[in-house]
Amino acid sequence: MLPSHGTAPPACKLLVDGLTKSYGSVVALQPTRLEVPAGEFLTLLGPSGSGKTTLLQMICGLVEPNGGRILIDGRDETRTPVHKRDIGLVFQHYALFPHLTVAENIGFPLRMRGIPGADVDRRVREALEMVHLGHLGDRFPKELSGGQQQRVALARCFVYQPSVILMDEPLGALDKKLREHMQYEIKRLHRETGATIIYVTHDQEEALAMSDRICLMNHARIEQIGTPHDIYARPKTAFAADFIGVSNIFRGRLQRDEGGAPILVTGGGRFRLSPATATASAAAGQGEASLIVRPEQLDLDGEGDNEVSGQVVDTVYAGSETRVLVALGDQSTITVRLRRGMSPPPLGDHVAVRWRSDAGVLVS
Amino acid sequence: MSAVLLHGADEGGLRQRLRFGPLWLAAPGIAFLAVFFLYPVLRLLGLSVQDADTGAWTGEHYARIVDTGVYFRVLMGTFRIAGLTALFSLLLGYPLAYWLAQLPERKRGVMILAVMVPFWTSYLVKTFAWMVILGRTGVIGGILAAGGLPQPEMLHNEFGVMIGMVHAMLPLAVLTMLPVMTGIDRRLVQAAETLGAAPGHAFWLVYFQLSLPGIAAAGLLTFISSLGFFIVPALLGGPQQTMLAQLIIAQIQEMLNWAFAGALATFMLAAALVTCWVYDRIFGLSTLSGEGSRRKKGGGRMRRAGQGILSALAALTAMAARVTAPVLGERGRDRLPAVYSTLVLVFLVAPAIVVVPIAFTSSPFLDFPPPGYSLKWFEVYFGSDLWLGATLRSFGVAFATAILATLIAGLAALALARSTSRWRGAIFALFLAPMIVPRIVIAVGLFYLFAQIGLVATDLGLVIGHTVLALPFAFVAIAAVVKGHDWRLDQAAATLGANRVQTLMRVTVPLIRGGLVAAFLFAFITSFDELTVAIFVSGGVKTTLPKQMWDDMILQLNPTLAAVSVVVFLIVMALLLIAERLRRSGR
Repeated sequence: MLPSHGTAPPACKLLVDGLTKSYGSVVALQPTRLEVPAGEFLTLLGPSGSGKTTLLQMICGLVEPNGGRILIDGRDETRTPVHKRDIGLVFQHYALFPHLTVAENIGFPLRMRGIPGADVDRRVREALEMVHLGHLGDRFPKELSGGQQQRVALARCFVYQPSVILMDEPLGALDKKLREHMQYEIKRLHRETGATIIYVTHDQEEALAMSDRICLMNHARIEQIGTPHDIYARPKTAFAADFIGVSNIFRGRLQRDEGGAPILVTGGGRFRLSPATATASAAAGQGEASLIVRPEQLDLDGEGDNEVSGQVVDTVYAGSETRVLVALGDQSTITVRLRRGMSPPPLGDHVAVRWRSDAGVLVS
Repeated sequence: MSAVLLHGADEGGLRQRLRFGPLWLAAPGIAFLAVFFLYPVLRLLGLSVQDADTGAWTGEHYARIVDTGVYFRVLMGTFRIAGLTALFSLLLGYPLAYWLAQLPERKRGVMILAVMVPFWTSYLVKTFAWMVILGRTGVIGGILAAGGLPQPEMLHNEFGVMIGMVHAMLPLAVLTMLPVMTGIDRRLVQAAETLGAAPGHAFWLVYFQLSLPGIAAAGLLTFISSLGFFIVPALLGGPQQTMLAQLIIAQIQEMLNWAFAGALATFMLAAALVTCWVYDRIFGLSTLSGEGSRRKKGGGRMRRAGQGILSALAALTAMAARVTAPVLGERGRDRLPAVYSTLVLVFLVAPAIVVVPIAFTSSPFLDFPPPGYSLKWFEVYFGSDLWLGATLRSFGVAFATAILATLIAGLAALALARSTSRWRGAIFALFLAPMIVPRIVIAVGLFYLFAQIGLVATDLGLVIGHTVLALPFAFVAIAAVVKGHDWRLDQAAATLGANRVQTLMRVTVPLIRGGLVAAFLFAFITSFDELTVAIFVSGGVKTTLPKQMWDDMILQLNPTLAAVSVVVFLIVMALLLIAERLRRSGR
């Protein structure tokens, strides 16, 4: 798995190699390897305490690692002081300097790099245009709305074209509508500048919508890394399946039926697995396994060679779709997406939920 | 009460009452300050432009000050000493405050006590300690003599005054700067570094600029407080260091020349107010109470020049760091702030500790180290009706002052917390004003008023005078807690059926209890330590503890003073610890 030790291939903008951090006996990040190609939009996704912010802060130099290396463009930057690293960080609460105007805030990194005044003014103007704030350069941050402050923070970061741009939950403080709008804005800036961006969030929808790749983190290590589609369609663990999207998880024992076909024996019944589903999984042998089935793969009173039955306990209308919660005999509840055009069943109704044997993913 | 009225009110009247209603709570305080603060001070200023016999307008007293070389020299000397005191307090205090601000909260709380104790220690005790340390047979003199070195004269000159003044004002400077510094978002410094600023640049261009309101507030308060000082220059200085307040006391006590004292007081007051005005123009007075600074539009030439100076300082810092790096090493550099801060804290705390062995000396002199130990000076203290009477009077007066000040300040703080009235700023300023107007001016003004209404040498007069002085401290302590109070809890109580009085007594007061207790104790300590008003208003058998100490220190230094100092120090310290504990649990 390791390429030639020491230098990363040129296309690799950022290489995190065996990076680790602990505070006393608490491990904040287990030894972690991560490669980010130039121009990629990578999201670090995970619950709080999963190590994503620690990883981010070590990459930008605010936290010193206990071990491992950080390479940017093949250069070892592990011991480089923060201010000499060619990195941009967009803070969670923007960290705009309250005593400087918007233009002075954006010009700050340029002045720190000794860029002559006329160039600074021009580039600040361009950066302001880029985030559509051309007219607000003389205001103080306090006089701007949350969304505008966010744009200033973005402009202050993009203006000096750092090698890698890190964003620490930059949209966390905005309301849902504004957040979606800013997601488009950040995607646009990414496209226009070709910057390499590492983006931290705990919002899975945001991660799915924005990323080239998602790095899913849990318990201070990387759980799974892949494209959004990869992670949604082929989660490698029950955690990955549960954290991204809605999942129905059936735990059981993997066995062969009389004909030699793979089946999963659970408390709720015996489920047929297509050979592809069974072999694609690392748990294809005998033993404990979980079958993950998404709500849209389940069908209420419809087609399928697997079946569970239960009682409707709730229906959730979400505009574009309706979900039906069905309580099974073993007290567990599964979520089913209602077929388009079908009216929701009355509460208390007994229903049969079916799915095809090639639907779902088997994880250990 | 107003709840009943509200039901009958129409829509417009209701809004009117809600807006105006709470302010009435400040009325007792406003009336109190109008009678016992504004009127006496203005009356004193009036006396200064009146002919004592005819009552006609005259400028002769002012002319006399300007024309008489001695008075003018004292005036200029006072400004000089006050200015230098403020300057040194800022220079010494800023790094200490910076270091305290970056400590973890728990550790900071402990370290702040090392600043709070000298802050609340009586000026008399502190000055007495410096007399012991700097005197001929004192601590430093003893060490130098033992080493066979010549003994420089450290008392009764400018050196002694500056040591005493800076020691007295340093805690105020640090405690004023600290809240501003802890309020600075450290992530801004991190942000500056991720944007490419070296540590020196990040400090000067971001942190230092954000701490400027704290520096200015500290400079303002130390300068104004220093203007009115008389204890330190009288006991540690010589004739060359005579300050304005000493002249005013002499004019009243020796000549009963009200008009001339009034003219001198006017100069002091004018200096204080001009300083405040300049501060208000730049930062806004409300920053003093931590209300957040009023921000001005940028872009001026001043602003650009300031940025230039700070950039130059940043470059200098970077250079200094490079030069000293090989000498100090990385560990040395990291430890420098802690080492420096520890030294300053020792400077602050040590004098009070030096007094303790003197209190147990067997010698009738203030030799250090004492030739032997005994309890006889405590026996003198506890055996003396004069000392015990003074102690009891101080306790009683302080207790009454604390109750009165907490009540008045509490009502006012509640009134102002939710008021949006345009009078809010003015009332706020009125309650802080006794902190700005030099105490000596208030004291002389009150003396004149009390002389007319027969309150001189009465306990009531003392309580009134001390309450005026204690009100700002009590007000700030309560206002700070009220500011953090969640008023939705009161709304919740109201929706649950509590009327206004029930809400106040069962929800608001318990929640701001910490602030109330702190206000009570701070007012208590203010009164217990107070000398300026006591010099005029108490006297004879009606003396207070500080007044008795002052009289003894002027007449004859003796170890009984050390014993008294230890007792006073322990009482104040105990009260302070209680206040701190309650303030914290009240959060």
